[in-house]
Amino acid sequence: MVKEIERTGLPVVHMCTVVPISLTVGANRIIPTVAIPHPLGNPAIEKKDEVTLRRKLVERALKALETEVSDQTVFED
Amino acid sequence: MKVVHYINQFFAGIGGEEKADVKPEMREGVVGPGMALQAALKPEAEIVATIICGDSYFNENIDEAKATILEMVKQHDPDLFIAGPAFNAGRYGVAAGTIAAAVQEELGIPALSGMYVENPGADMFKKDVLMVSTRDSAAGMRDAVKKMAPLAKKLLAGEELGSPEDEGYMARGVRKNLFRDDRGSKRAVDMLIKKLAGEEFETEFPMPEFDRVEPSPAIKDITKAKIALVTSGGIVPKGNPDRIESSSASKYGKYDIDGWTDLTEDNAETAHGGYDPVYANQDADRVLPVDVLRQMEKDGKIGELHRYFYTTVGNGTAVASSKGFAKEIGAELVADGVDAVILTST
Repeated sequence: MVKEIERTGLPVVHMCTVVPISLTVGANRIIPTVAIPHPLGNPAIEKKDEVTLRRKLVERALKALETEVSDQTVFED
Repeated sequence: MKVVHYINQFFAGIGGEEKADVKPEMREGVVGPGMALQAALKPEAEIVATIICGDSYFNENIDEAKATILEMVKQHDPDLFIAGPAFNAGRYGVAAGTIAAAVQEELGIPALSGMYVENPGADMFKKDVLMVSTRDSAAGMRDAVKKMAPLAKKLLAGEELGSPEDEGYMARGVRKNLFRDDRGSKRAVDMLIKKLAGEEFETEFPMPEFDRVEPSPAIKDITKAKIALVTSGGIVPKGNPDRIESSSASKYGKYDIDGWTDLTEDNAETAHGGYDPVYANQDADRVLPVDVLRQMEKDGKIGELHRYFYTTVGNGTAVASSKGFAKEIGAELVADGVDAVILTST
C-alpha cells in the first residue's frame, strides 16, 4: 500500500513496529513504533504519558515527511 | 539424525493473538504440526525438540528472541532445523525465516522452512533459506509436509537438490551449470520463433523483479500541509459499518472524521483479526493517531488533517488486493489536494 500511494508522487511515512517488513514492502520513510497491537500507544502507562508518547512519534513522522531522502530511511529517535 | 523444529504459539496450542507475546520455550519431542512431520521423516530422522515462540514477541524483540532460540538450538546440536510451515501468517513467516537464516549462518546447521509465496517472510529470506512454497492456510498442512519431508531428507543426506519446480521450493536465484542437447544459439532462436508466433515459451534467465518506488519529494512547510491518515490496522467506526473482513480483506473503508477530536471505545474499533484487538478497541488512537493530529491542526503545527481516513485489514490480504485499494486511495488523495500521507500498520 505504501508503495502504491507513493507512486502517485505523495510522500508517505510508514509507522510500524516490524521494520524489516516495512523495508521489504518498499516504504521509503519509516518510523519504528511501540508494539504490534498498539503501534502508537502503550496501555501500561498513564493516559497523559501515552498521549505524549504518541505525539512524539507523530512529530517524528512529520519530520520525516519534511526530510528529503534518496533511499529507504529508518528514522530512529 | 536429529531435527529441531520451530513453531509459533498458535500451532503449539498455547493460544491465538492474546498469547502472541509469549517468550521462547523449548519442549522435548514433537508438538502440534511436528507430529505429521515426524511421521514423514521416519526412520531417517527424529524431531528431538520443539521451540515455541509468540509471533508478536519474536517480531517486537527480534535480537533477544534470536539469541535465546539460538542457545536452545545449540543445546541439541541438531543435523537439521525446520521452521514452520507458516502459510500466510506474516509475523510467523518473518520469525521462521529470521531464525532459520540465523541457525544456518551462526550455527552452520542446514535449515528448511515453508510458507505461502506472499508471506513477507518469503521475500525476505527465500534467497538464504530453502523454503517450500505452501498454500495460504493451514488447510495446506498435508501438502506442505509432503513437500518438506523429502527435502529435509535430502538435506540430511547431503544429496543434491533438484530444480525448484521439481522439488516445490522457492527459487533462490542460484545458477547451476548443466548440459543441454541443443546449443545456446539454437535455443535462443527457438524461443524467438515461439515469441513471434505468440506461443508460450520459458525463459532460461528470468529477470529479478525490482519493484521499488522512488521516494517522493519532502514537504517544504508542514505547517501548511494537508495530511491524510491511512491504515492497514483495520480501524473502523464502531460497528464496522462496511463489514471489512477480519482477514483476507476484499475492500477498504473511507470514513469522514470531520469534527472528530478523539477516537474512543464508543466511536471506533478495529476489524483486524491478526493482532490482539483489546488495546485498539479501548483507544483506536493507538493505531490511528487522530487525537494528536487534531490537536496539532489546532496548534498550527500542520495545515490540516484530511477530512477522510482510509482503512483496511492487512491480515492475509492478497498483495494484488492491497495494490488495487492503494491505487484508488492514492488517486483520491491526489484529487483531494492532500500533500502527504501517514500510513500506520500493526
